[in-house]
Amino acid sequence: MRLSPSFNRSLWVFHFNSGSCNGCDIEIVCALTPRYDPERFGIKLVGSPRHADVLLVTGPVVHDMADRLRRVYAQMPNPKVVMCIGTCGQSGGVFFDSYNLDGPVGDVIPVDIYVPGCAPRPEAIIDGVVKAIALLERLEEKK
Amino acid sequence: MSNKPVYTIPIGPIHPALKEPILFTFDIQGEVINAVDFAPGKVHRGVEWMGMRRNPVQIVHLCDRICGICGVSHTLAFARAVEQIAEIEVPERAHYVRSIIAEFERIQSHLLWAGVAAHELGFDTLFHLAWRVREEAMDVIEYLTGNRINYGIVQVGGVRRDFTEDQFPRIRKALETYEGLVNKLVTLFLEDTTIKLRCMNTGVLTEKDALELCTVGPTARASGLKMDVRADAPYAAYGDIDVKAILPDVYADCIKGDVYDRIVVRLFEVVDSVRIIRDLMDQMPAWPVLWETRYAKILSTCKKAEGEAIGRVEAPRGECFHYVRMNGSEAPQQWKVKASTYSNQMSWLKILQGEQIADIPIIVASIDPCMSCTDRVTVIRDGSPDVMTKDTLHRLSVEKTRRLQA
Repeated sequence: MRLSPSFNRSLWVFHFNSGSCNGCDIEIVCALTPRYDPERFGIKLVGSPRHADVLLVTGPVVHDMADRLRRVYAQMPNPKVVMCIGTCGQSGGVFFDSYNLDGPVGDVIPVDIYVPGCAPRPEAIIDGVVKAIALLERLEEKK
Repeated sequence: MSNKPVYTIPIGPIHPALKEPILFTFDIQGEVINAVDFAPGKVHRGVEWMGMRRNPVQIVHLCDRICGICGVSHTLAFARAVEQIAEIEVPERAHYVRSIIAEFERIQSHLLWAGVAAHELGFDTLFHLAWRVREEAMDVIEYLTGNRINYGIVQVGGVRRDFTEDQFPRIRKALETYEGLVNKLVTLFLEDTTIKLRCMNTGVLTEKDALELCTVGPTARASGLKMDVRADAPYAAYGDIDVKAILPDVYADCIKGDVYDRIVVRLFEVVDSVRIIRDLMDQMPAWPVLWETRYAKILSTCKKAEGEAIGRVEAPRGECFHYVRMNGSEAPQQWKVKASTYSNQMSWLKILQGEQIADIPIIVASIDPCMSCTDRVTVIRDGSPDVMTKDTLHRLSVEKTRRLQA
């Protein structure tokens, strides 16, 4: 896999918590700290969606956050990839019958990659990011 | 100073300084914060509502997912409440297993917080170091329960997994690692000039305010309040061992209640947790760990149970409180969760006042907020959120009590 110059060693991710239990959020940060250290490949968390290539969404999207998720998604420049981390973002998980869900994530914004697990291990999240890189490559080629 | 205009700055719900969605509104004059308001409820999933439609065995797993960091505290508090109502006697060994996992959770949670605090100060090297040493606790938790997060080990009537004798060397190795690291962590966090400059006399919460605002856990202890559920109302196996509330005077000469004191309390609680786990392991009684292995029996006992009870547990962030009322049906009639951040968050209004904009992240983080634990109620009528005043809440509460009594 060859990354185009614009992504090579600089894949930036933005993390969006849409009402998760913190489990996935902690595992995302775990995946970025020295044990796994993907920063040596240029993967890092950024503070603004306008700088990001990949959007990591955790949580089942509660009512209050649905509109904010759409706005954050709209702010990201193309090409962009959305990763949904955790089971509750895919189906609602244990929160499936809650009255306050606008999710799952796929109902609110288009999702490219699902990482299942409650919570997924950091290795699984990194595997998802590797798949995101491949997808970004394909999107770049199409342009 | 006074002729400077006052600006209103919203921060959140999505902001790099915040780890979880919450909306702050700051009235700022120059660099100084005049007033603070905040609107939680951005992580409200209706956990209690869902719980009142499930049976206790299912709720235990829902409890795990109230909060991914302090899941064991919630499951333990809920299980304790249900066990009291259904008069289930938990085997002695299960109490020890629960306590050991709870203490490992405290270690990982405090180290996680220490890392986040360092990150909020802009000290990323320390953040990465704290998270690297935290992995040791995560490894042990995974080794013992099978999961890194949402352990699912506590069950109504005991625990779902037992520790075997051959697992002890791995636990002891982790404890030795932490004992060897203590001096390094204390030097890095407490003797560093930057941290001292930024944290000392910042975000001060006096003992009187801490008491009046009903703060709990490390936030209250850092202000000099000697309170710790493990010592005040022992649960699980804490009655068998010596637990004392850790106050900042274990390290500093005087108690100021500032951010620095909160770091002191959390770091020394990690040290204390290591000692507690050692004591627990030395005294562990023999098998079994589950009051009843057949789920059908657990369910039928819970179904027959009638009454109400509370479960109190000292979570890493403070007291976690579950109220359960059962009326002889499958699902509980009432389930109320009061997480520690719920008690602590009002102190933000006090400690942020008069501080500078640059100190917002560390002061907000200093009480170790956990919004997913806290966000329990939002009232939305006709699409617009309603602000509940104290009087309305009181009225609703009285009405509900009458309804339940009728």
